[in-house]
Amino acid sequence: MSSTKKALSFKLNGESVTAEVPTHWNLVELLQNRFELFGARESCGQGLCGCCTVVVDGRAVSGCLYLAAFVDGAEVVTIEQSADEHGLDSVQKAFVETGAFQCGFCTPGFVLMARQLLEEHSDPTSDDIRHYLSGNLCRCGAYPEIVEAVKLAARRG
Amino acid sequence: MTTDTGQNETVGRSIPRLEATDKVTGRAEYTHNLRLPGMLYGKVFRSTTAHGLIQDLDTTAAQAVEGVHCVVTAKDIDKVLTDVHYGPAFHDQPILAIDKVRHFGEPVAVVLASDPHVAEEAASRITVSYEELPAVFDEVEAMTSKAIVHEELKPAGTFPDLRHLDGRKNTNISLDYHLRRGDVESAFKAADRVFDHTFHTPPVMHVPLEPFVSIAEPGDSVLTLHTATQSPSFVRIEIARLLGWPENRVRVKVPYLGGGFGAKLYIKLEALVTALALITRRPVKISLTMEEQFYMLTRHATTLRIKSGVAKDGRLTARQCEIWWNGGAYADIGPRVTQKSGFTAPGPYDIENVHIDSYALYTNLTPAGALRGFGIPQLVWAYESHTDMVARALEMDPLEFRRKNLLRNGRPQATGTVLRDAATGEVLERAAARIGWGEPFERGSGTVRRGRGIAIGFKASISPTTSVAIVNVYADGSCALNCSSVDMGQGSDTAMAQILADTLKIPIGSITVVHPDTHVTPYDMATLGSRSVYHMGHAVRRAAEDAREKLLAMAREVDLPAETEIPDIFRKKYGMQAGNVVGTGSFIPEYTPPDYETGQSDDVTPFWMVGATGAEVEVDMETGRVRVKRLVNVADAGTLINPRIVETQLSGAAIMQLGFTLGEKLEFKDGVCTNVSLANYRIPGLLDMTGTIENEAVDSAEYGGPFGAKGVGESGTFGVSPAIANAIEDAVGVRLTSLPMTAETVYRALREKQGEPLEVEDLA
Repeated sequence: MSSTKKALSFKLNGESVTAEVPTHWNLVELLQNRFELFGARESCGQGLCGCCTVVVDGRAVSGCLYLAAFVDGAEVVTIEQSADEHGLDSVQKAFVETGAFQCGFCTPGFVLMARQLLEEHSDPTSDDIRHYLSGNLCRCGAYPEIVEAVKLAARRG
Repeated sequence: MTTDTGQNETVGRSIPRLEATDKVTGRAEYTHNLRLPGMLYGKVFRSTTAHGLIQDLDTTAAQAVEGVHCVVTAKDIDKVLTDVHYGPAFHDQPILAIDKVRHFGEPVAVVLASDPHVAEEAASRITVSYEELPAVFDEVEAMTSKAIVHEELKPAGTFPDLRHLDGRKNTNISLDYHLRRGDVESAFKAADRVFDHTFHTPPVMHVPLEPFVSIAEPGDSVLTLHTATQSPSFVRIEIARLLGWPENRVRVKVPYLGGGFGAKLYIKLEALVTALALITRRPVKISLTMEEQFYMLTRHATTLRIKSGVAKDGRLTARQCEIWWNGGAYADIGPRVTQKSGFTAPGPYDIENVHIDSYALYTNLTPAGALRGFGIPQLVWAYESHTDMVARALEMDPLEFRRKNLLRNGRPQATGTVLRDAATGEVLERAAARIGWGEPFERGSGTVRRGRGIAIGFKASISPTTSVAIVNVYADGSCALNCSSVDMGQGSDTAMAQILADTLKIPIGSITVVHPDTHVTPYDMATLGSRSVYHMGHAVRRAAEDAREKLLAMAREVDLPAETEIPDIFRKKYGMQAGNVVGTGSFIPEYTPPDYETGQSDDVTPFWMVGATGAEVEVDMETGRVRVKRLVNVADAGTLINPRIVETQLSGAAIMQLGFTLGEKLEFKDGVCTNVSLANYRIPGLLDMTGTIENEAVDSAEYGGPFGAKGVGESGTFGVSPAIANAIEDAVGVRLTSLPMTAETVYRALREKQGEPLEVEDLA
């Protein structure tokens, strides 16, 4: 196999980092293999389930379809970035309080998408939430609790 | 020690899951995350035919790819293991195909490399040809087909009721289960009316979002498996058998699971990575892609025939059930499904004459196993659709007809076991009341119509099975709970900690639940069949009581009063913060195996699960699309250890079953599954939530359960499919007898009812 490599330098959860990676790696592989970050997970491999969600330059992308090389010079945010020094942000707290997850495998993707939704719409309706998060799948079926969690987080601002 | 006030501090409270923070921050540990020094990645090369003899398997091109460590086939596996066939009921499944493949996607060879991309590229360069063999795909045809999937039956020997099958040849029937109660033939003759219907369910899939993943790590004397399994104890025992080693040389470690639903039971990738690690003497990881997951395990497709005799007053007098379970190429746990669920095929009804024949069949499809309900959702689909059809034919209210015939506590179920602590009546009444049964509602107009339906199902617990727990109390009063229940999202860690906290009278914050690691956590049969709260819950309670007694004894020994705080007892005994008190507990329920000829048993299950669903649907007659506007799920879960977790279990189970009801189906063409991705096999998403979902656990207590609790993980699935089918008939007057009820199948049924049936190709 081709062993072409590319040197990347980018911001990861607020820190400047560099990495040299094979050009065929996707963003999930970069995060897992070079930075030991496992919150973005490959599941369907087709960008349909949202388990691999990563925020690149303020937009959520499917890390399993996004080539690692594309983050050169970008700002990358993953679920591992804490809202503040120690704690959880309002979305994460709402997910805990409402029980909006079961196995937890899809949860980081839902949390990142919910954060992005609330940045765009501070007071979304149930329908807004259903549509905005429709690219994320939860096989445990925590959907009613997820909608409830996003509304709770919105109420608290 | 804190004195017993008789108050439960945590049981009955909706405390958040212990691992909540780790899950919302992405830090929860899954096997998926683990990598070890020197680890090789395996990529599986799979069969491209459903039934064929392997010819000309050529791995030289794959071996030549730069970076490939080695390519492994069945003959290499044979050199390192004592037995190369595995399975919980039958030792029928080869680790890699030996001379023959029996289903599309069966593992034939594996490429190992340090770089998973290299392994994948090399696997694509393996070539093979097959001499095609006649194949059988349909479960009813498999009864008499000349295409035979296995030359000879090889029961595992662990189940006495499979022994009679040993060595049987020229058959695809891997288990025939029979129940005989009363005299159905005479009862049918005497009945006022007799109804006979046949139903179908397709193969569907679990789709845990964390696909199957296992790592084997060889050591000097101990082989360690890090694996996403629901059954760590079974994995250890079965791998030890394949190796010819004692149990203590196989260590199985399980972190959280990214979903299981019955898929990750028994042996899946564990035997393969074990063999590969022994061959290479290096750690080996195999993690499947979503596509590969579709070649592993399905839920049984079924054909179900159900015939009922009814007296003039609307009493069911006889019921005959025939069920054919499409087990696919390897038995997995299918024979247990056939028997353990088969005996509830007549439903929760009080019927004097019952006759059941339930057949597990081999075919050349993907193997089938347990999926959230262990066969029950298929059975309820049949008996609750049938029950509604009978009620309508008799012009009786479907709820009234159910009330009249419902099996209630104190009455014998078809096996002869008397029903107890099963809130059938309450569950049915609450589902009916919450959906507003009998009350007027907006029925729609023009081409969009609404209807309501109801359905109730029940399930016995798998029995007899064992759970063992260890409570390790430390000198500062904190403690660890060692148990092998696997938390795959159902919340067992939290429930067990609640049971321990209230039994030992310590704060839940001072408890750590040690995840399954067979070196330190004791035996548990498996996390399946909604058994953990009842079985492991009992073991945890007993271990906690044992620890409490030992602490009290230690206090007496050092002349301290019983109410002394735990740290002070240790300090007096050992002179410093030192020592442990270890409590142990185990549980196995009473059980009487059913008689082979008649299926009769006076104690067939330790407890019964009951679940009912009320549905209100909207059917668009121009498109056939069904929108579920309200789904009411009611269950008997005994005392609720954690009400919020119980509610999410009911809701999640119903949403999963909603997928199997309205959309999910594995499409096979000549044995080839053609929709092996989430693009083509759609699971429910947020946009499929077209209405409200309400959940309720009725007020009840399971006499034998810890704190009165019993299992609930599957109960939410039982009634969903037939309640929706019954609601569709109520809305637009068509009856569907096959799942899933897609827009196309509903539209076809509507056109047929209008006397204008569609030609097959009209929608193709």
